[in-house]
Amino acid sequence: MNSASAELMSVTDAIPVKKAFNSEYVLEVRDVRKEFPGVVALDNVSLRIRPGTVHALMGENGAGKSTLMKIIAGIYQPDRGEVRLRGEKVWLPTPLAAQEAGIAMIHQELLLMNPMTVAENIWIRREPKNRFGLVDHVAMNRMTQELFDRLNIDLDPESEISELSVANRQMVEIAKAVSFNSDVLIMDEPTSAITEKEVEHLFQIIRDLRARGIGIVYITHKMNELFEIADEFSVFRDGQYIATCASSDVTRDDIIRMMVGRDITQMFPKEEVELGDVVLSVKNLTRDGVFRDVSFDVRAGEILGFAGLVGSGRSDVAEALFGVKPADSGTINVFGQDVKITNPHQAIKLGMAFLTEDRKETGCFLPLDIQENIQAAVLHDQYVDGAGFVAENVLEDRSIEICQRLRVKTPNMHERIENLSGGNQQKVLIGRWLLTNPKILILDEPTRGIDVGAKAEIHSLITQLAHEGVAVIMISSEMPEVLGMSDRVLVMHEGHVTGIVDRSEADQVTIMDLAAR
Amino acid sequence: MTMSTTGDRVEFTERKALTKTRKKMPPELSILLVLLGISVFFEVLGWMLVGQSFLANMSRLQIIILQVSVIGIIAVGVTQVIITGGIDLSSGSVVAMSAMIAATFAQNSEWPKLIHPGLTDLPFIVPLLVGVGIGALAGFINGWLITKTKIPPFIATLGMMVSARGIARWYTDGSPVSGFTEGFAMLGNGLDRWMPVVIFLAVAAFFHVVMRYTRFGKFTYAIGANPQAARVSGINIDAHLIKVYTIAGLLAGLAAMVAIARIKTAQAGMGMMYELDAIAAAVIGGVSLSGGRGRITGTVIGALILGVMLSGFTFLRIDAYYQDIIKGGIIVVAVVVDQHRQNKRKKS
Ligand SMILES: Nc1ncnc2c1ncn2[C@@H]1O[C@H](COP(=O)(O)OP(=O)(O)OP(=O)(O)O)[C@@H](O)[C@H]1O
Ligand SMILES: [Mg+2]
Repeated sequence: MNSASAELMSVTDAIPVKKAFNSEYVLEVRDVRKEFPGVVALDNVSLRIRPGTVHALMGENGAGKSTLMKIIAGIYQPDRGEVRLRGEKVWLPTPLAAQEAGIAMIHQELLLMNPMTVAENIWIRREPKNRFGLVDHVAMNRMTQELFDRLNIDLDPESEISELSVANRQMVEIAKAVSFNSDVLIMDEPTSAITEKEVEHLFQIIRDLRARGIGIVYITHKMNELFEIADEFSVFRDGQYIATCASSDVTRDDIIRMMVGRDITQMFPKEEVELGDVVLSVKNLTRDGVFRDVSFDVRAGEILGFAGLVGSGRSDVAEALFGVKPADSGTINVFGQDVKITNPHQAIKLGMAFLTEDRKETGCFLPLDIQENIQAAVLHDQYVDGAGFVAENVLEDRSIEICQRLRVKTPNMHERIENLSGGNQQKVLIGRWLLTNPKILILDEPTRGIDVGAKAEIHSLITQLAHEGVAVIMISSEMPEVLGMSDRVLVMHEGHVTGIVDRSEADQVTIMDLAAR
Repeated sequence: MTMSTTGDRVEFTERKALTKTRKKMPPELSILLVLLGISVFFEVLGWMLVGQSFLANMSRLQIIILQVSVIGIIAVGVTQVIITGGIDLSSGSVVAMSAMIAATFAQNSEWPKLIHPGLTDLPFIVPLLVGVGIGALAGFINGWLITKTKIPPFIATLGMMVSARGIARWYTDGSPVSGFTEGFAMLGNGLDRWMPVVIFLAVAAFFHVVMRYTRFGKFTYAIGANPQAARVSGINIDAHLIKVYTIAGLLAGLAAMVAIARIKTAQAGMGMMYELDAIAAAVIGGVSLSGGRGRITGTVIGALILGVMLSGFTFLRIDAYYQDIIKGGIIVVAVVVDQHRQNKRKKS
């Protein structure tokens, strides 16, 4: 099918070619229905995956993609319908049953166990044992190293997950899924947290697996990936199956129309904004061993993009600015005043807002409802009266406005955020910071996991904020987003700023060049 | 590769506008049903085994609710601690410590006056403030240890549990204190003996409002739900946790005052296992030990369930050993049911 993976020959050696079976499809889903209290997540949905193809699932946030994948992976049981594997009907009551049947899944949310090592996470429940029946850590680390060598991943098997960046955790998840040697590999937005370089790396791995005859289901909201990697795709909308096409038969606009039901004319509604004074000025900001001598200015109305590879220190700089992990040295000047920011509360008081990169770890209050999640950062000011009572009625109106504007799919404001789809959770978190009326808005991967329609909406919102004089720092691993939205792009490499490029001079090549220097 | 479906089915409906809604049916309803179920259970057994009614007996009901009051006041504080994702094992010992120290300020001067004629009774507010203050101080120390030294709440409050019990014993060398002023005794017997219940319900109502409608309550839930996200949202976690543990200690001190005023004596051994009863009341009432979930109303019903069970066993003349065995079983069942409910809610 594809032979672009010659450089990954070693993978070819290690993974056996899959045996033939008596069906055109390796995986078939027939007429599946799944209901949650108050929501029909899937209604009569079917899906067929051929071996040796990459099959992309497309659909708006909340369309039911993850739910369908969780059914295939044995996490949910369908209310109706069946799953067939290699032509035979299978019953998958647990994730373990699905794994044993030959289905592996990379989840939309990272599911690694933080205090454990990389190796322990990958081989959990499959640990090599020594002759006393105890876990053989030496062998386990060696197996991990072999796996990483095959996949060209440069990580220490013995490091703890909690020490890794989100992107590196994602690579561990990918390696873990590959290690099952399964017939079907499901990837639910594997690229939402990684940069172009890792995406290219992942695609090599995928092409190789495809050549081995594995059926790959691939979920993404990044349209450009679709044509690069997918052979076929299926579109879903509001729990309904819409269509399956070969990706050679259609254009990008066709797909968007199938997904959202309208044309999205302008993806990056960037407008020229009269820039104001410098509102944030950073000089020689340093955190030992993480980033060094970072200096830049941002003006009112300006959008400063942060580009760089994974681990280049972009998020760390943002965390230092917001006081999550304060810097060791250097100065931060806000509105002309030198400030020391040692905790997020101070940053918020200065008019800053910070959408973090990892919505599960540092974003969502999973047991709480949507409104409680949206209002979490404004409980310090105008929405609270002198006696400490929260104006929940007003806040409910605000939350509804935000959810409507960002197209959050939910019945009402009192649904638990845990029950929302990943993209809809992300929208709620963006809403949390919009509500604070920030003067300086720091966004770390703002459109992570957000569908094309809502993405355009969020971009136009950011543009509007810039118009109103908000200074925006936008970290993004999506090159079109950085190039499309930024006035200037700051590029980082291994903790250093390697360049700040003006919009007129910024293009993919210049930036990749600076990022890899 | 083929186009298996044409675009014919592609039709679009605008998304429904979001409207305001009342919050969902409170989860307490199911716990309330359990309370009713248990009461009916004892009622039926009462007629079958003892030949009389369990519920239609005013003095029994009064005893139940009086017994519940002391644990209930403690449980209101413990509930808040558990919602932050912590635990407080020190409540029972703090009850004893506050009781012993405050009791010496509550004694009447009848006997000592014979020797020191100048002595007068202190107004009831003095021992009350002393007791509540000592409880609050113990809670503050718990909170301070947990936030500043980062030791787990389990360990910090375990230390306080042992030390506070030691102080209670040391303070009078183990001898009980009794003979309280009339003013102080009112805390336990005033308003025609209903005073403990009144205090309990007032405390519960107050903190119910605090937890549901104020910023303080929202912070408590947020910290329990995800401390890292709470910090990024600008919440000062350390300061807030110290307040919550202080409140828990303060309420243990208040419970101690009500308890000794009612039973008219303070002993260093009192309050034994109260912390576990308070935690049990919260857990039976649906408060999640993993934090971020639970309500004061649930805890109140949980405490009532414990009280009804205790009284019901005595009513049926079940041996005290069996009572404990059954009680332990019921607590475990409550947690299992709660876990199951949560899993179900997550899965479908
Ligand atoms: N456990 C649950 N309880 C209640 N509703 C749920 C639950 N899981 C999912 N849903 C609902 O089912 C619908 C489909 O969700 P799903 O996660 O499958 O969407 P998705 O297509 O993966 O979206 P995204 O692109 O945002 O990841 C959504 O409306 C969501 O709110
Ligand atoms: Mg999803």
